[in-house]
Amino acid sequence: MPKDHGIGASQKRREDVRFLTGAGQYTDDINVYGQTYCVFVRSDVAHGKIVSIDASAAEAMPGVLRIFTGKDFEGVGGLPCGWLITDKNGDPMKEPGHPVLAIGKVRHVGDPYAAVVAETLQEARDAAEAIVADIEELDPAVDMKAALASGAPLVHDDLTDNLCYDWQFGTDTETVDAAFAAAAHVTTLELVNNRLVANPMEPRVALGDYARANDESTLYTTSQNPHVIRLLMGAFVLGIPEHKLKVVAPDVGGGFGTKIFHYAEEAFVTFAARKLNRPVKWTSTRSEAFMSDAHGRDHVTKIELALDADNNFTAIRTDTLANMGAYLSTFSSSIPTWLHGTLMAGNYRTPAVQVNVKAVFTNTVPVDAYRGAGRPEATFQLERLVDKAARELGVDPVALRRQNFITSFPYATPVAVEYDTGNYVATMDKLEEMIDRKGFEARRAESKARGKLRGLGVNCYIEACGIAPSNLVGQLGARAGLYDAATVRVNATGSISVMVGAHSHGQGHETAFPQVVAEMLGIDESMIDIVHGDTSKIPFGMGTYGSRSLAVCGSAMVRATEKIINKAKKIAGHMLEASDADIELKDGQFTVAGTDKSVAWGDVTLAAYVPHNYPLEDIEPGLEETAFYDPSNFTYPSGAYACEVEVDPETGRVEILDFAAADDFGNVVNPMIVEGQVHGGIAQGVGQAMLESCIYDENGQLLSASYMDYAMPRAEDLPFFKVDHSCVTPCTHNPLGVKGCGEAGAIGSPPAVVNAVLDALNVGGIKVDHIDMPLSPHRVWAAMQG
Amino acid sequence: MYSFDIETPKTVADAVAALGKDEAQALGGGQTLIPSLKARLAMPSVLVSLAQIDEIKGISQDGDVLTIGGGTTHAEVAKGAGSYPALAALAANIGDPAVRNRGTIGGSIANNDPAACYPAAALASRATIVTNNREIAIDDYFQGMFTTALDEGEIVTAVKLPIPEKASYQKFEQPASRFALVGVFVAKYADGVRVAVTGASEEGVFRWAEAEEALSGDFSAAALEGLTLPGDGMINDLHGSGAYRAHLITVMTKRAVTAAA
Repeated sequence: MPKDHGIGASQKRREDVRFLTGAGQYTDDINVYGQTYCVFVRSDVAHGKIVSIDASAAEAMPGVLRIFTGKDFEGVGGLPCGWLITDKNGDPMKEPGHPVLAIGKVRHVGDPYAAVVAETLQEARDAAEAIVADIEELDPAVDMKAALASGAPLVHDDLTDNLCYDWQFGTDTETVDAAFAAAAHVTTLELVNNRLVANPMEPRVALGDYARANDESTLYTTSQNPHVIRLLMGAFVLGIPEHKLKVVAPDVGGGFGTKIFHYAEEAFVTFAARKLNRPVKWTSTRSEAFMSDAHGRDHVTKIELALDADNNFTAIRTDTLANMGAYLSTFSSSIPTWLHGTLMAGNYRTPAVQVNVKAVFTNTVPVDAYRGAGRPEATFQLERLVDKAARELGVDPVALRRQNFITSFPYATPVAVEYDTGNYVATMDKLEEMIDRKGFEARRAESKARGKLRGLGVNCYIEACGIAPSNLVGQLGARAGLYDAATVRVNATGSISVMVGAHSHGQGHETAFPQVVAEMLGIDESMIDIVHGDTSKIPFGMGTYGSRSLAVCGSAMVRATEKIINKAKKIAGHMLEASDADIELKDGQFTVAGTDKSVAWGDVTLAAYVPHNYPLEDIEPGLEETAFYDPSNFTYPSGAYACEVEVDPETGRVEILDFAAADDFGNVVNPMIVEGQVHGGIAQGVGQAMLESCIYDENGQLLSASYMDYAMPRAEDLPFFKVDHSCVTPCTHNPLGVKGCGEAGAIGSPPAVVNAVLDALNVGGIKVDHIDMPLSPHRVWAAMQG
Repeated sequence: MYSFDIETPKTVADAVAALGKDEAQALGGGQTLIPSLKARLAMPSVLVSLAQIDEIKGISQDGDVLTIGGGTTHAEVAKGAGSYPALAALAANIGDPAVRNRGTIGGSIANNDPAACYPAAALASRATIVTNNREIAIDDYFQGMFTTALDEGEIVTAVKLPIPEKASYQKFEQPASRFALVGVFVAKYADGVRVAVTGASEEGVFRWAEAEEALSGDFSAAALEGLTLPGDGMINDLHGSGAYRAHLITVMTKRAVTAAA
């Protein structure tokens, strides 16, 4: 019988009741008395000098309260970057300013240079159109290689070029060069990791409110991490101390990374509300989202693999250009470096690994974390490369992988991280069974008889979640700690509110987190609620990203619950006239070990709040505990993915017939939620591999600026997924043994899809080395034309 | 959106009168116009909704000619054009259910989007476009993308389609919009075959004369072997080059013939 309670139970998501009945409370659902509306005026050129902005006609229009421009933000802080990268010469990265509204120049299509606040949205829109801006168009830097060429237009005039940093990491050059010189075979691959737009279902919204009487600001915002926004905006942009600034992120309709960052619009509405003493609301249109939400990926890479005569991997070397866009978004600098370079060893015991990354400013929307953030880029390069090596060597791609797997743990890679545990053979075994690899050739023949080309692609992945510990990431340039916090508040009658720093925007925390506490206390989940998303209600939190919530915040919750149990045992021991060391807690009953003397959970919690019979001389009344948890290492989920496709050789259209994912997430709290996370991740990974592409033309105009041209994955594009997480090597360093599952699907799936299509095409003497994503029918057809 | 007045006439005559007003714009199913209005790309002062004019709705048949009212939705055509299965199938595959329940054949024909499905069906089916004051032969009707023979304020009240012996529409979808990257409608009549192509040309929907000639002699995919179209003049965009579209026309035409035969 599967469990129906506690850790391991596939409980239905309690939050879905409100989401599915329209009772969710999203930021745009919040309306405050006296609310005004804000419309941003955004650049329609990629690069331009602001000669003048004439808002006089607009200011005189009905309902207009005030029009703001960059001038209003001179002397106000800019949007900060949260991670300082030190380049290979020991110099800090270039960190140009990012004003809330553009000052002097506009630097990408969508860069806001003015904002209108009016009584109604319609009035604000009308006034925005009446603003007359003289913007002298400048040549833009769009393509990364061109942006690095001498004489390229400068995105930031105070810099000497468009290079943010030139970073090198891993094995020293001499050792790597020697390994390549000694190699029996070298495989080289150049590829693009396509730029993506996250496109959460709910666009961004920000509502700033201000109470003049007590000088308190409130920001309601679509954020994955309200405390981080409070810290960044309060301390670096607007100078508002924490006790005068509340940030609320209520129900959030999908984040995928793009709602981690502190955005100009959040700072603007908070600033404007204080200036006008009125609430100010901004709701992004879908068109604005395309040109103002941070984009993802956008790497151009050359990667090389050296192998010895026995096909053992001896060295990996990468050279990547990473697009930063026009400004440094909050975590942008860390994505191509510490979240990418550290994963470049993959699942393989390659003794020498060197990663080189140049980060480039261009006149495009800023680029930052998107589901997986650096790890999909690393996995895609490596797993495409290994597949190409197998084809060149004429060996089985799975056998080549197996031969080079890391099989003993802990394993210290040449790129700084130490994998605590894993079993890559087990997940690959499981995968081959799930996809029926043995039966593939028969299926290929059946397709061929119908004039179709069938292919099977396999890959592995390793990822790093719950980035930590804080003292290490601090040395690496992080400007924040990466712990998390939880408060467990036990009420008098035994019900519990758990205030957690992790924010839930689709991850199912409200269901999964209570399962953990319920398991520990032996009580029913219905007695436990999760509180999140409001800086005034929870102690602190670094938020939700990087698949960290359960591994980091969940661990804090476990530690706080352990404190609760310790205190409750003292109370129970007093009530039972026994030593607390002899008290056992099981199924919600405190029992003196070896006796039938017991007291129930609710009697103990009541005693804590009605302390008539209570050890007041030893412990305080009440039952509430807080814990902060700072992990000692990353967690390392891993797995093996396979995709089976059929290509129509006449049109180049690819159909995905089958997809299997064998993951090792360590221990699993709610299998159904984990599977849902993997499904969503695969859908987004397949989206990247097959459909999604954010394209700028040479003038820096965004061509894929709506759903007419930006292809999102739909149900009909996807098969029924086969997912498995039965291969379990528990994380060795957190109390739950959990690793994180939120991003794995998006990390593991793109190479499987591309490997499958290339497997389909490379038959009958045809040779196609690589096709850049997305594998649109046109691209596949063009590749087949040679 | 900018603010505008809306009129909801119940007769074609009232609609025509309303469209005589300054800056008036007809509103069919609104599947193109409403998004344009929301993006503030159009600024009519009066919208004249055709949605409540019963006399331009519905499907009727007289002999071999199917007449579809201009205000008939795609969903109604999908359900009600059973005597012309290729047309019903085309209608059933336009957009999604919300689009099909609002969008109309008259609106599509009047808009003449270069990637819309109905223009290919009308052109291949030797349709006659009926308006409030005349009938226009289909070969005189389409005049380049988003351009037709309609005068200002003229309303498509019906589309008359002679039902062919055999027909098929094959759409290769653009991955994002699911409009036709290339759509080919093949219709075989007793006295000849018509092949109309949408989605591909910079000039909008067009007839592929060489294919029509080859198929009129031999209605089989084999008859098309060796026939090609030049990529020049074909749309070249994010989703496909002109050469790719030209290639797809040959593939989709063969598939349409095979499906129809």
